[in-house]
Amino acid sequence: MAGRPLTPAELLARIPQREPFRFVDEILEVDDEHVLASYTWRPEADFYRGHFPGDPVTPGVLLVESLAQSSVVALGIYLLAQELPDEEAAKVVPFFTDASIEFSGIVRPGTRVRMESKKVFWRRRKLRIEGRILLDDDSVVCSGTLAGIGVTR
Amino acid sequence: MSKEELFAKVVEILTPYAKNRAALAAVTPETHILDELEVNSARLVDVVLAFEDQFDIEIADEDVDAVETVADCVALIQQKLP
Repeated sequence: MAGRPLTPAELLARIPQREPFRFVDEILEVDDEHVLASYTWRPEADFYRGHFPGDPVTPGVLLVESLAQSSVVALGIYLLAQELPDEEAAKVVPFFTDASIEFSGIVRPGTRVRMESKKVFWRRRKLRIEGRILLDDDSVVCSGTLAGIGVTR
Repeated sequence: MSKEELFAKVVEILTPYAKNRAALAAVTPETHILDELEVNSARLVDVVLAFEDQFDIEIADEDVDAVETVADCVALIQQKLP
């Protein structure tokens, strides 16, 4: 192996998405098989003004994005860091390829959620995961599979 | 398994990923998987993993690079089958 396992702090720093499109606050656990992350949905986020006026609910599409950032992006970076030296790994851009997600709850502004993902496969720089988003009381907001692929820029 | 049965099985595996339904309906061994069936190249990994599961074989990443048509898939699987 050319690289090495990253610490959760190193991994967090390497997630390329940034404010205002960054939906991961913390990497709580990570290894070759799984990742657990958290995010608190900012009440001041602009999209709540329109989704929906007087009744703010986090858009499902952003929940999927938060799951993608914490799973296929973060776990992909973690796995790639073990295969490639840093300068090579830095050239690989993560692309979202597909998702199948079912929703079973809603997330209000200010809510902290955990994004929990397990690797299904990692091959040819493609990562498929099974994941879910949980509230603090362990109720499930959404669950499903998603995948992404790393492309050298 | 005969070559015809193998071809039918390969087409069945490709079916959920083929976006060009007309090309799928008229599929032949020469049909190009990416250009004609319009399978997204990012889905090829899923297709290869499905071949491995269905036929209980292992396919090396290098072998996948040479695959372009349905016949290429059939030949690759045939070569790996015991």
